[in-house]
Amino acid sequence: MAMSDTRNISLTLGPVLFNWPVERWCDFYARVADEAPVDTVCVGEVVCSKRQPFFSDVLPDVIERLERGGKTVILSSLALPTLQRELRYGETLAEASQMVEANDISILPHLLDRPHAIGPLINVYNEAAARFLVDRGARRIALPPELPTASIAAIAAAVPQAVVEVWGFGRVPLAISARCYHARLHGRTKDSCQFVCEKDLDGLAVDTLDGENFLAINGVQTLSQSYCNLIIDVPLLAEHGVDALRLSPHTCDMVAVSKTFRDTLDGAREPAHAMRILRSLAPEAVFSNGFVHATNGALYVIG
Amino acid sequence: MTATERKLLELVCPAGTPAALRTAVDAGADAVYCGFRDETNARNFPGLNFSREELGSAISYARTHGAKVLVAINTYARAGDPAPWRQAIDDAAALGAHAVILADLGLLDYAARRHPDLRLHLSVQAAAASAEAINFYVEAFGVKRAVLPRVLTVDEIASVTRRAHCETETFAFGGLCVMTEGRCSLSSYATGKSPNMNGVCSPASHVSYRNDDGTLVSRLGDFTIDRSAPDQPVGYPTLCKGRFKTEIGEGHLFEEPVSLDVRTLLPSLAAAGVTAIKIEGRQRSRAYIKAVVSAFRKSVDALATTRPLPLDTLAPLTEGQNVTGGAYEKTWR
Repeated sequence: MAMSDTRNISLTLGPVLFNWPVERWCDFYARVADEAPVDTVCVGEVVCSKRQPFFSDVLPDVIERLERGGKTVILSSLALPTLQRELRYGETLAEASQMVEANDISILPHLLDRPHAIGPLINVYNEAAARFLVDRGARRIALPPELPTASIAAIAAAVPQAVVEVWGFGRVPLAISARCYHARLHGRTKDSCQFVCEKDLDGLAVDTLDGENFLAINGVQTLSQSYCNLIIDVPLLAEHGVDALRLSPHTCDMVAVSKTFRDTLDGAREPAHAMRILRSLAPEAVFSNGFVHATNGALYVIG
Repeated sequence: MTATERKLLELVCPAGTPAALRTAVDAGADAVYCGFRDETNARNFPGLNFSREELGSAISYARTHGAKVLVAINTYARAGDPAPWRQAIDDAAALGAHAVILADLGLLDYAARRHPDLRLHLSVQAAAASAEAINFYVEAFGVKRAVLPRVLTVDEIASVTRRAHCETETFAFGGLCVMTEGRCSLSSYATGKSPNMNGVCSPASHVSYRNDDGTLVSRLGDFTIDRSAPDQPVGYPTLCKGRFKTEIGEGHLFEEPVSLDVRTLLPSLAAAGVTAIKIEGRQRSRAYIKAVVSAFRKSVDALATTRPLPLDTLAPLTEGQNVTGGAYEKTWR
């Protein structure tokens, strides 16, 4: 394979996975629209439908603002819709003019034969699954974060017409449940949660009883406590056919994070220097990249 | 009541070995599910599962005794190397399996094209949690039955079953995933090995124990999953059943070490229109299979009569000696 150029890799800002106050959410997207060098921005609630009413009024303005800023907007769907209103929401999304990113199989019938995106929460583990989805109208596939580069390369080679994206920055979504762990920890149930997840803007850190940093909970979602960070791996990813990198929003300065990634992809900054910048932007974060290196996701593999 | 002739719920039982399969059939299983001895199935444990020859004999034995054999090929095929998974489907079809249980879109596509007469069941690992999702698989691949993820209440199961264009099967007893099955990478985050890619969760190869002045520390990879005082029971360190801490509190943040037992809910599941109930535990012993299958046989048979449901105690066989109705009861959430 010829040495690939990292300059062709585009950047996608993933949906905000956490329960941010609506003002913070709007301010975040306003700044992204004006300043972040990302090509595509995913918006919309993925984790918990109970959070949706807070954002539904402002969503059209946010979309318009992002599009005015030159971003391609993708509408994210829910990860685990089971209630009728949640399933209907998926159907409504599919009527929008923007591309929709499917995060659950249930929305696919509504997207058949119209251009759409497959989100990282749909299981695409091999080229046959990718081809099946592309044949039905998928134009973008964000791969499950646990895939190693060997799998990424085989899938990317099989669907050259689709944009193949990998999880590049941020806590990694590891599991989704019917049970709300935030509510459980506060002695409540999902139905009586009182939105206790809103206090944890990057998720709530979960450590082992021996004090090792381990996981983070975000309502019904469980994430890694470490932040995936593939900045050093950018040339490797380009060689393996990756078309786009996903940056998942956190409270750290995501405009600066996306600039750091863009500069590195453009060859304007050395990856090692970029890593130091990312460390200073997210000083609390422990970084990991084990999944793409075919080992424990929690590890950071050098070289 | 003339319902005594009616078979209300099909009893689908696990078998990790040919001997366990015969035990399950003899104890009254209507169907037995098993897998090949490799990474093509989600119980890829050492010493478990079937060779091609063993599966052939098992299918003959089951057929002679009026039971069906379902072959689970329910991991996701490795990119660039689908051959072992496709071979498993081809062999299951050639050996006369009643159905194959699949989760991977790529494998479902392969099976539907290559073996149009092979009956396809949608594995719980596909996490189809709504009628919309199930019907997608029915329309795309002709799936005949969907195993429902353990995230739905009984009311939701009834609603999904009513609107699904195929049969449904629900879990009734055994290990309980708290995370939606097939959508969980916790194990690979800690060990590099996952249910979807390798057919294992919290694998024994990555488990270690350490004695800290009498406190037993159970570890998985580089992480402590539990610390048990000398007077506390020590369970296997399955990641989501461990004890962890946050700034708000500590304990079993995800789930206690419990097992699912829905025998008291069987009338509701039957009324919900569910076709089959499934017992988890292909890794379990023959004694376990015999006890659980026999108890469920009695309960299912009693459903067809006006007799009260017999509830032989199965508590000694369950994790932590605790049982739960799991997500079938809304308060679990």
